[in-house]
Amino acid sequence: MIGEPILEVEGLDVVIPLLAGTLRPVRDLAFAVARGETFCIVGESGCGKSLTALALMNLLPRRARRSARRLRFAGTDLARLDERRMADLRGDRIAMIFQEPMTALNPAYTIGNQLEEAMLRHRRVSRAEARDRAIFLLEKVGITAASSRLRQYPHQLSGGLRQRVMIAMALMCGPELIIADEPTTALDVTIQAQILHLLAALQREFRMAVILITHDLGIVARVADRVAVMYAGQIVETGAVADIFARPMHPYTQGLLRCIPVPGRTRRGAHLGSIPGLVPSLMGELAGCGFRNRCVYASPPCAAGGIGLVPLSPQRAYRCLLPPRECAANAAAAAAP
Amino acid sequence: MLAFALKRLALALLVALTVSIISFSLLRLSGDLAQALAGPSATAADVEAVRKAYGLDQPLWVQYLAWARQALHGDLGTSFFFKEPVAAMIAARLPVTMTLGVSALLFALLVALPLGILAALKPNSWVDRLALTLSVVGQALPSFWFALMLMILFGLKLRWLPISGTASWKSFVMPAIALGYYGMPTFMRLTRAGMMEVLASDYIRTARAKGLRAPAILLKHALRNAIVPVVAVAAVQLGFFLGGSIVIESVFALHGVGYLGWESISRADFPVVQAIVLVLALFYIVLTLLADLLNAFLDPRIRVG
Amino acid sequence: MTVETFSGAERILEPSAGALLRRRVFGHAGFMIGAAIILAILAAALLAPWLAPHDPYAQDLTRRLVPPVWDAKGSWLDPLGTDQLGRDYLSRLLFGARISLLIGFSAALISGLIGTGLGLCAGYFGGRVDMVASFVVTTRLAMPVVLVALAVVALAGGSLHIVVAVLGLLLWDRFAVVTRAATHQVRQLDYVAAARATGCSTARIILAEILPNIMNALIVIATIEMANAILLDAALSFLGLGVQPPLPDWGLMVAEGKEYMFFSPWVIAIPGLALFTLVLAINLVGDGLRDLAAPENRN
Repeated sequence: MIGEPILEVEGLDVVIPLLAGTLRPVRDLAFAVARGETFCIVGESGCGKSLTALALMNLLPRRARRSARRLRFAGTDLARLDERRMADLRGDRIAMIFQEPMTALNPAYTIGNQLEEAMLRHRRVSRAEARDRAIFLLEKVGITAASSRLRQYPHQLSGGLRQRVMIAMALMCGPELIIADEPTTALDVTIQAQILHLLAALQREFRMAVILITHDLGIVARVADRVAVMYAGQIVETGAVADIFARPMHPYTQGLLRCIPVPGRTRRGAHLGSIPGLVPSLMGELAGCGFRNRCVYASPPCAAGGIGLVPLSPQRAYRCLLPPRECAANAAAAAAP
Repeated sequence: MLAFALKRLALALLVALTVSIISFSLLRLSGDLAQALAGPSATAADVEAVRKAYGLDQPLWVQYLAWARQALHGDLGTSFFFKEPVAAMIAARLPVTMTLGVSALLFALLVALPLGILAALKPNSWVDRLALTLSVVGQALPSFWFALMLMILFGLKLRWLPISGTASWKSFVMPAIALGYYGMPTFMRLTRAGMMEVLASDYIRTARAKGLRAPAILLKHALRNAIVPVVAVAAVQLGFFLGGSIVIESVFALHGVGYLGWESISRADFPVVQAIVLVLALFYIVLTLLADLLNAFLDPRIRVG
Repeated sequence: MTVETFSGAERILEPSAGALLRRRVFGHAGFMIGAAIILAILAAALLAPWLAPHDPYAQDLTRRLVPPVWDAKGSWLDPLGTDQLGRDYLSRLLFGARISLLIGFSAALISGLIGTGLGLCAGYFGGRVDMVASFVVTTRLAMPVVLVALAVVALAGGSLHIVVAVLGLLLWDRFAVVTRAATHQVRQLDYVAAARATGCSTARIILAEILPNIMNALIVIATIEMANAILLDAALSFLGLGVQPPLPDWGLMVAEGKEYMFFSPWVIAIPGLALFTLVLAINLVGDGLRDLAAPENRN
């Protein structure tokens, strides 16, 4: 990590009490994000990454409960903040971009109204000033004829345009941290690339920290500085992105990397990897490693007790009983043609 | 929007035409009109003379066209009983029925909207349970019996309100409650369901992510979208209230259109009954048309297509 | 979500589907209460000749408007008192249950047949048929029900058959709307397409593939319309243009007691409460069935 952390998370848990038992979709998460960096949380659907994002914003569904040993944003303890003070931060210093641009905008109001509202809430500005800011940002996110777009309703815009509007909306107050939850998943592939480039460019321009939540390692490789791999509610591996891609330690990360074709290295027609099996139930406590039923290296000790993160360096850790040397050897064996 | 409006208008006109045919047939089915017009003491020759004079010897469709032309000019025929123009009789009584219908609607909305919203905000709380109980009870109460119970309580025991007549606004309180209570559960369930759906929607989460405060989210983002179906149903419900006010009007002896209809049925005064059926149906058709247009206007997805 | 087990001890014991349904049915208080009340009223109606202490039509002008037994002036001779003609109120109430249930069942049956038929055609064939059906429904909704029912009953006479027929012919709109929507939905499903592809006849597809799938919705509507028919019949009787005296119809009993209600409130309170209880019970069962058929809709 470069520079001072803007967000520090330790021991973050999300629990959802259900009739059949307690669901624990996020377990004992710890990570930190520095100013200006892009931190990716990657994992397959249902691993708890979206709930992590909502937990940071305190926007969890009604029944879900959040707890954390440490949840600091720019020196403020978010865990102790009441809803009122948290609402003051949201949209001002921390903003969020959601996955579904088609439904994330209110169909009853114009784009302009919804953009201006974000600024009028936090700044003492006139509606005209807010409108100027909205036009400025719409142009920034690559929307032409911005001032006439302001009068349009969400249903009149395509998915890609709406996601650009969502990004502009997140930028209205110049936030220090943006949490983007699968911002490109619902979009066409060509639009995905444009939106990612846009996010990266804006991040550099406004020196924001970005937490990008995705299931797509291709996206991680393109934009991330550091990455955390999540599986069954836990971080199973974390480190700088180049490091993780070059030397994945955890069998799950290795499996994930095998699933993406690499131009020039993956032969045409060659079999891409897949990870057999299913994610375990997130009910109650996990006994042993959550991945062991799908892991080719699993052994009896994997079923017992909690498995801690093994630190390799201040930046790098993984959650597996295998010693580092064996992990590296496995990775090398898997990468060999 | 225009195409949508024209389509709705065409449907409304077609329904109005059909309703007019049905209500026309109602009068013809009620017996020999010539006999009724001529009176019980008329001779066979008198009846035939009347039949000729009123065109009742013509084929039915000719009679319908003649009747429809008159109806379009505001002439709804003559009452057998009072020998007065029916249109004037209905016009004189319409204000009472309208007052009753509108105040019943207001009562139902005033109770249902806040309760529905509170119930949606706190599902399974005591407010939610109260709302549910009220609506379950409301749908099971026979309206005439509820009206009589109100009369015994507020009219007789407490003596707060007059039990009949239309002397002051107070006369309309009990009738409005008795009529409106029946429609309230519909509004409440609709408000609650709409509110729950909207509150769980992505754009409410977006609004919260912007840091908007609860009242702003509720009033601006949630209510606006949750209320649209309620507005449409309110217009339709007003149509039902106008048509269904007959029971309540007869309980409280309110001399509105419904009461007139009831009396006319008892007196076999079928020109009046026919005209009332037609007028109430037309009200309903116009109100549903308005509801559709209002709905379209409130939803930019239809308005700005 | 798939339940993956880590060890035998962690296994979540899944009860069988039947046991789950039983637990949900018996755990649904509203449904159980409603069903119990309906069964009780049904039993009272069927056993009325044996349960009733007196002949419901026998007048005794010397014992008019006797209050119920809980009143100081009441007696066990007429547990619920007598009406203005000295007829035993309990006996009339018991026999009246027969009328309400009969009208409710028959009217719901008739309207169910009409509405379901119309809705099935509209939903299955779509296009022109659908347009005509929706026009018919709109026209029916535009007619003021109470007034039309009153007028027709006045013209045709106030016998039980006529009232049942009129209500049945007026209350089919909800059946049609719901059946149409459900049929339309089911029609798109793969197995219906498969049935069509294998050359099943239209009638067979509707009867064997579609109807069973919308049965749940139809039963719920049937409870609503039964309640509606009972309330409407009561309103018609109350206005004096439904079934005619001396039948012990509950709505008629309220109407006949109206003149005496200020001095003898029980004469309208008792039949009204009976009506209310029956309709409430039917609605509770209907709501319960809807919840039980679609558990995901509950929150």
